[in-house]
Amino acid sequence: MLDARLVVDRGSFRLDVALRIHPGEVVALLGPNGAGKTTALRALAGLTRLHAGHVTLAGRDLDRPGERRWTPTERRPIGVVFQDHLLFPHLTALENVAFGPRRRGLDRRRARAVAADWLDRMGLAAQARLKPRQLSGGQAQRVALARALAVEPALLLLDEPLAALDARTRLEVRAELQRHLAAHPGATLLVTHDPLDALVLADRLVVVEEGRVVQEGDAAGVTARPRTDYVARLVGLNLYRGHADGHTVLVGDGLPLTVAEPLHGDAFVAFPPSAVTLHPHQPARNPHNTWPATVTGVQRHGDHLRVQLVGPVEVAADVTPAAAAHLRLAPGQPLWVAVRVDETRSYPAGIDERRSTSPPVTRQGRQEP
Amino acid sequence: MRRVETTTRPVRRSGRTGRVPVALLAPAVLGLLFLVLPLAGLLARTPWNTLPQRLTAPGVLTALRLSVQTATLATLLCLVLGVPLAWLLARVEFPGRRLVRALVTVPLVLPPVVGGVALLLVFGRRGVVGGWLDATFGITLPFTTAGVVLAEAFVAMPFLVVAVEGALRSADVRYEEAAATLGAGRWTTFTHVTLPLVGPGIAAGAVLCWARALGEFGATITFAGNFPGRTQTMPLAVYLALETDPQAAIVLSLVLLAVSVAILASLRDRWVGT
Repeated sequence: MLDARLVVDRGSFRLDVALRIHPGEVVALLGPNGAGKTTALRALAGLTRLHAGHVTLAGRDLDRPGERRWTPTERRPIGVVFQDHLLFPHLTALENVAFGPRRRGLDRRRARAVAADWLDRMGLAAQARLKPRQLSGGQAQRVALARALAVEPALLLLDEPLAALDARTRLEVRAELQRHLAAHPGATLLVTHDPLDALVLADRLVVVEEGRVVQEGDAAGVTARPRTDYVARLVGLNLYRGHADGHTVLVGDGLPLTVAEPLHGDAFVAFPPSAVTLHPHQPARNPHNTWPATVTGVQRHGDHLRVQLVGPVEVAADVTPAAAAHLRLAPGQPLWVAVRVDETRSYPAGIDERRSTSPPVTRQGRQEP
Repeated sequence: MRRVETTTRPVRRSGRTGRVPVALLAPAVLGLLFLVLPLAGLLARTPWNTLPQRLTAPGVLTALRLSVQTATLATLLCLVLGVPLAWLLARVEFPGRRLVRALVTVPLVLPPVVGGVALLLVFGRRGVVGGWLDATFGITLPFTTAGVVLAEAFVAMPFLVVAVEGALRSADVRYEEAAATLGAGRWTTFTHVTLPLVGPGIAAGAVLCWARALGEFGATITFAGNFPGRTQTMPLAVYLALETDPQAAIVLSLVLLAVSVAILASLRDRWVGT
């Protein structure tokens, strides 16, 4: 099992995250650019020095600056897949994969046998003798995965493994990656800024922003109950923080939102853009959750239009093209916003409740031992 | 409208079109002539009809062989010492690194004669290292073929170190990090990943180094003297021949010119690109 607290100071930026990953578990470190994800991965790999904290892997202290304990990268039981694969350009695919087993003591013949086996598992037996520049992007990334797995690492680290691939290849490699990660007996940390990668590949998400963990939990929990604007944007929800008193939550400068689930104290309210309707005049029938707003932008979003509006709070609304045509949507246009109460979600915003899990949804993924 | 080229190479802009100012064009042409004319003169004055005999004259071949041998040995010496030095400068942070880098390039700007004098003071029979070598092993360096190699290596090594350090700096260190994550220590990473990656840079540096060693004159004549067959390399032979037999000097010069052009051509084709 990996147990780590990673503290890295870099000028004004400070990374301080705690991570625990069980054998067989896949954890995605998700966050915007510059959040410190890659720094965390490099610290685990020993490529960046920790300033404080510790890295303990399979019961071994790899890094503990407090006790001046440090294991160089080459002696850590890890495997790393880099964003742009970093296959050695002067070696063939087979030699690249055999590189690790060879360094870990296998003789040339056996290392090559292990490598051939891994390439076979990746469906790349035919490409074994090719140099990296002769491989397609997807093939190269699969060779890189084989190279990292061939040393049977206790901790597999993936740094944006799909980011450099085109959309179609990404789809294929993602599916394959999912298969191999499921079969990997060690712990896996996936660093990504793509929520889809995280949702598809990981058992658990850890969201970092500005060097801190802002939310963690399983996919369903994080997507249902975002706790920061970043996560809300990723999962496409409107998110507000405010003060709750029963079914009413005061958000922004005192806009009362009526919510379906009553609660008290600091609270989040989230609802999807599809729960928002737009009207030319104040809706007369239902006075709850309505406010005047001004259109700031309209974008195509799948088979409907996503409308951005400002008012007492910012909000995104999804409307059908027909409705948009009827409303004659244009930037600067004043409208009335209405939010359906039964589609709101409200949950406490206490600082100690960053872990989000979703009791009603059965999570897919493996059992943790 | 310019048509967009379909090559993968970025389109090179030829700057502003229009007339080139005479104030720039005239000195430019003059400069070119200044560089090319002496070489043309050398070719013009070459005794082409007696060339074969002169080329095979015993003194010429001896000097050529000695030059090639010493330049090659000097290059090997520079490779063995210079590549690790370049690696140290490019990859290891240590106090005084800038100073070391400056020191390495001193022989580039130092007059070679001064280098020869300095070598004499250190490796001469009464020099700090030379005296010890003489007393302990009975090895004498000055005025020997080994001395030639030493003098050439001293002058040529900066070329290699600068070229290799440049290659190492432009090589992606992340490949070395990838090697480390696969269990390769620094030595294995150096031999299995770094060296193959910067191989072209090292080769280019070695060729430059070899060319510089081949043409070495000042340090060699000061430290190793001018003994035919032992320390008289081609440049020394050219200098000596100019006083006694100018025709021979021209032939020897022609040989050196041919070698230089061959090196330049090989460098351009393989490593320098474009």
